[in-house]
Amino acid sequence: MSDQITEHRLHFKPAEGFRSRAKAVVDTPFLRQSFRGAMDFLMSKRAAQFPDPEELESLRTLGEQIRQYNLARLPDLLEQLEANLTRNGVRVHWAETPDEANAIILGICQQWNAKLMVKGKSMVSEEIELNHAAEAAGISALESDMGEYIVQLAGEKPSHIIMPAIHKTKEEIARLFAEKVPGVDYTDNVDALIQIGRTVLRQKFMEAEVGLSGVNFAVAETGTLCLVENEGNGRMCTTVPPVHIAITGIEKIVEKLDHVPPLYSLLTRSATGQNISTYFNMISGPRKPGEKDGPEEVHLVLLDNGRSQAYADEQLRKTLQCIRCGACMNHCPVYTRIGGHAYGTTYPGPIGKIVSPHMLGLDATAGLTTASSLCGACGEVCPVKIPIPELLMRLREEAFSAPHPNPAMRGQGAGYSPLVSAIWRGWAFVYRSPAMYRAVSWLTSRFNWLTPSRQGAWTSVREPLKPAAKRLRDRVRERG
Amino acid sequence: MSPATPRPTDVYFFATCVVDQFFPGAGMDAITLLERLGVRVHFPEDQTCCGQPAYTSGFPDEARKVAAHQLTLFPNDWPVVVPSGSCAGMMKHHYPTLFAADPVRKAQAEKLSPRIYEFTRFLVDVLDYRPEDRGSACTVVLHTSCSARREMGVHLSGKKLLGELSQVTLAQQDHESECCGFGGTFSIKQPEISGAMVEDKVQALKASGAERVVSADCGCLMNILGHAAWKDRQEGRTSASLPGEHIASFLLRRTAP
Repeated sequence: MSDQITEHRLHFKPAEGFRSRAKAVVDTPFLRQSFRGAMDFLMSKRAAQFPDPEELESLRTLGEQIRQYNLARLPDLLEQLEANLTRNGVRVHWAETPDEANAIILGICQQWNAKLMVKGKSMVSEEIELNHAAEAAGISALESDMGEYIVQLAGEKPSHIIMPAIHKTKEEIARLFAEKVPGVDYTDNVDALIQIGRTVLRQKFMEAEVGLSGVNFAVAETGTLCLVENEGNGRMCTTVPPVHIAITGIEKIVEKLDHVPPLYSLLTRSATGQNISTYFNMISGPRKPGEKDGPEEVHLVLLDNGRSQAYADEQLRKTLQCIRCGACMNHCPVYTRIGGHAYGTTYPGPIGKIVSPHMLGLDATAGLTTASSLCGACGEVCPVKIPIPELLMRLREEAFSAPHPNPAMRGQGAGYSPLVSAIWRGWAFVYRSPAMYRAVSWLTSRFNWLTPSRQGAWTSVREPLKPAAKRLRDRVRERG
Repeated sequence: MSPATPRPTDVYFFATCVVDQFFPGAGMDAITLLERLGVRVHFPEDQTCCGQPAYTSGFPDEARKVAAHQLTLFPNDWPVVVPSGSCAGMMKHHYPTLFAADPVRKAQAEKLSPRIYEFTRFLVDVLDYRPEDRGSACTVVLHTSCSARREMGVHLSGKKLLGELSQVTLAQQDHESECCGFGGTFSIKQPEISGAMVEDKVQALKASGAERVVSADCGCLMNILGHAAWKDRQEGRTSASLPGEHIASFLLRRTAP
């Protein structure tokens, strides 16, 4: 059993190997087309929700202000949230690391002698790799969101934070079900496939001792956990089993209930292009005496995992504004080319590139910061106006500068190369001085026939660059 | 179109390092066009580079040294015209941030910022230029750089200029607003992804049915035309399947008396 676990363990792959994983996707025309089609669909759904650019701009500004207002008060709000949740009968736990979070969750499971945990969709549970920790502790963790269920059956990780199985075709899912779900024959009828999943899961909701969910917004003033979902599995996970454990990052907090509707609207419209999600759950505590349903115990695990590092820096704090809609990845030309798995991190795409370094350290993620042309599409669609390109440039600086004492980030300087730094110093030496620049550009233009025809990565798909024989400044001077 | 702005008699021309060495013709054509519109063009001899390559690569100290030098080039209160959305964006929007800790240079950068104009915006909004077409019928496709579109917000100026040309049809392309994959050092640090992006961009531009591509950014042109030519060579074509040029060159030729 333990061998099997080790073999199937899907740990975070460090960002090394990113280029070869990206290349593998880029070189597969079928995958390229499939991602392109899926992202085009999501982009058009979102665009249809925001026909008025001015309305969109004012909503985004409101979203940004709400998130910044709440982050500015985060320590106080966390205390207020804990007090109000406790008053409502919810037990609050604090976890600094993924291991601590897993220990808390599995500890609760063990108190209840739980054999089965049903899970609603939760990226934070992916972040802590809860399923593997549970398996190692002899507890099965079953994903009940359809996309997550598919990904779990396939032994994979989500490739998108909203649509975990977006990388799979209908036919692949049909083959997977036929192979992995007992008693199921091959069908690629989507309704039939969904029905198969529902039938399997329905029974499991009844059997499970523990239901796990994420949280979209935790409201401090009321002690309420808000959960956005479309399949009803979230409601099942949070109401049917005797224990409900919610897990979230410490940043998902808002002070007032009034803050929820604008963020909720931005979330569903940006993520899936829906006016509103099919389900919206507001969880304020366990079953009260005399009530006929609901869990007997409700727990909330608040996870840090590097978030307080981002919080401590005024600029990097903006990373925590994120409401996890995934619009940045849907609009990202890089994500569209390589899909989510290539990143090797729980959170892929633009948001993944700016949040993962805080979770995993820059030593594991320095290379990812370069995987952006800084085109700005992510920042343009972000519903809470996170300046993603600006943060990427900051992370590049943190990654590639020489290691120094008191760094703002774990792994600062991990990508430092004395040679690369020397090249940039040399570049600055030439370009800061008109005389040097004139001399160097004169030489490269005058002797342009010496320009090499192979120019490293540039000429892998392009003709070589060759300076013109006469620079613009020469032509301007000659003209008088 | 802000007729309230007085028409300037003099401008500085900041060519960018890419235009100076790789697209001098585009620079000459931009200068000639501005002069033909009655503006005296001053080319500060000491100009080098806006500093963007280092800035976006995570080397702000090096970018600062180079940018600090450019701050000294424009003593008179004339507009600074830049034939590139991304270099103009660097000077207009990032210089004030770059010098946040240097009060003297920060003040200079903030004074300079409103004087920085991307070339097509200057033609449309300041000079109210309406080119008169003297060429024969042709179809072109316009590529707008991400900086011009998202940072400078000037993606409509190029369209407007081309729209004024009576014999020119502007072709539609798929995924028009998507990046061409250049991104400065991105193209060499992530050549596989950058290569896939430029491959798709070139395909979309060709599929538009246009005879040529025009753009107001030479960085993108270097990438797009470099890939198109490479593909031509790979596939044994002797003439360019996607010729292209800076919008200044195209406008100058179309309006030549």
